[in-house]
Amino acid sequence: MNKEEIVPHLFRTEFSKIVAVLTKLFGLEHIEVAEDIVSDTFLLAAETWGLKGLPKNPQAWLYTVSRNKALDALRRSKVFSDKIEVELKLQSSVETDFEIDWSGKNMEDSQLQMMFAICHPAITTEAQIGLSLNILCGFGADEIADAFLSNRETIYKRLARAKERLRTEKIKIELPRPTEIQARLETVLTTIYLLFSEGYYSSSQNTTLRKDLCIEAMRLNVMLTENELTNTPQTNALLALMCFHASRFEARTNREGEFVLYEEQDENLWNQELIAKGKQYLNNASTGVKLSRYHLEAAIAYWHTHKKDSAEKWENILQLYNRLLQIEYSPIAALNRTYALSKANGKIEAIQEAEKLNLSNNHLYYSLLGNLYTELDNSKAIAHFKQALLLAKTSAEKRIIQASLHKLETIG
Amino acid sequence: MKDFLLVFRNEERKAQSPPSPEQIQAMMKPWQDWIGNIAAQNKLVSAGNRLEADGRVIKSSNAVTNGPYVEIKEAIGGYTIVKAASLDEAVELSKSCPILQMGGNVEVRAIVPMD
Repeated sequence: MNKEEIVPHLFRTEFSKIVAVLTKLFGLEHIEVAEDIVSDTFLLAAETWGLKGLPKNPQAWLYTVSRNKALDALRRSKVFSDKIEVELKLQSSVETDFEIDWSGKNMEDSQLQMMFAICHPAITTEAQIGLSLNILCGFGADEIADAFLSNRETIYKRLARAKERLRTEKIKIELPRPTEIQARLETVLTTIYLLFSEGYYSSSQNTTLRKDLCIEAMRLNVMLTENELTNTPQTNALLALMCFHASRFEARTNREGEFVLYEEQDENLWNQELIAKGKQYLNNASTGVKLSRYHLEAAIAYWHTHKKDSAEKWENILQLYNRLLQIEYSPIAALNRTYALSKANGKIEAIQEAEKLNLSNNHLYYSLLGNLYTELDNSKAIAHFKQALLLAKTSAEKRIIQASLHKLETIG
Repeated sequence: MKDFLLVFRNEERKAQSPPSPEQIQAMMKPWQDWIGNIAAQNKLVSAGNRLEADGRVIKSSNAVTNGPYVEIKEAIGGYTIVKAASLDEAVELSKSCPILQMGGNVEVRAIVPMD
């Protein structure tokens, strides 16, 4: 890695660790002070390293500078002097004795506690995702805006509101009590899943950014599997699901950043290492009695790592969707289930069921009907695809529908 | 939307021999797909339960019998709860219930809301 790459890379990996450790020290109500210190540190790093070259141990450099800036902040602030001076007064030399615990364990613990603080039920889902990206993954407002196809100001305001809420709700940076941890973990897992989906399904053209989002979601999930309290079957099932999806990352966009349909993907580009990891996590998830939506979705994603159609594949996928819909209905699951129904039980039956779904405001509903009618009644298929085109919002969606239409119209 | 109880009734049937895994699979699939169809329309409240054939009926005299019917051996085999806009819609959902293929019937009853 050369110098131009190392600073952004370190920023991504170290930002959230240092912010978590400092916030733990200052209290969540002063999170912005911690963020400012880390931002200042990185700014100084960029300038100094650019001028003098990289220090021997860049991480240690960042920790030392952050520590000094933290001490300055403590000295300057009345709030901090009230709070921490008592402890520091006992020490003969504040300058040399003020130590911050930069051990790997403290960093991991602090990040984990931060995860639970951010994914607090009092914080809206939207704000949880924004805060996670910002504080846990080190994404700036510009990047978040790009991923959400929004603008910097909107995101900035949203983050500021969310941080204000952390303060007013007096949320503490700590792990929930053992009796609460399971319920709270559900929120954390939901946020991680949404974070991943944001990257996986975002219509942002920035492929690198989208991949980073997915990788970060997986990193947070891996942290949960490394802690005894949070390493549950659900945690492993979600990670398995993300590994299976992520295995197709290289295959699902072409060089122009356009989406490539599953059927048209080059199987050689599927990441076998991630598929193997997914299987391993799915195995780990196969304990306990609770069958979560993540288990079912991971099992469906597992079957999709077999490209070849088979009766066994589609029957399994259909039954998994049948159960998934009983746990949690969603329009997208209903549509995917109907596609599986067509593969397992035939198009005629699937069309009958599709027409009962009552999803006529969804472009994917008409795309599904277009697909089901293709070859059966091409004029009906064309009509459905045209309806889908009217309802589609993004240019990526429209391109896919137009490709299907084009195929049908050239056959005549 | 109102909740409706679907009660499945069928004549008591005795298996001739233990079914093979493939037969069990083949017997389960229509039910799984039917429940899936309802769930895909977001109209499933509870998949409910299937009941064992053996049961007792207790009467006011404390007399215990094997079933309510003497002549016909029809018994409740299970129930499912769905939500639908009307009784007609609930009936429509029931028309594809696999029990009908097996000579049984479905009784549809609206559940009285408590609030």
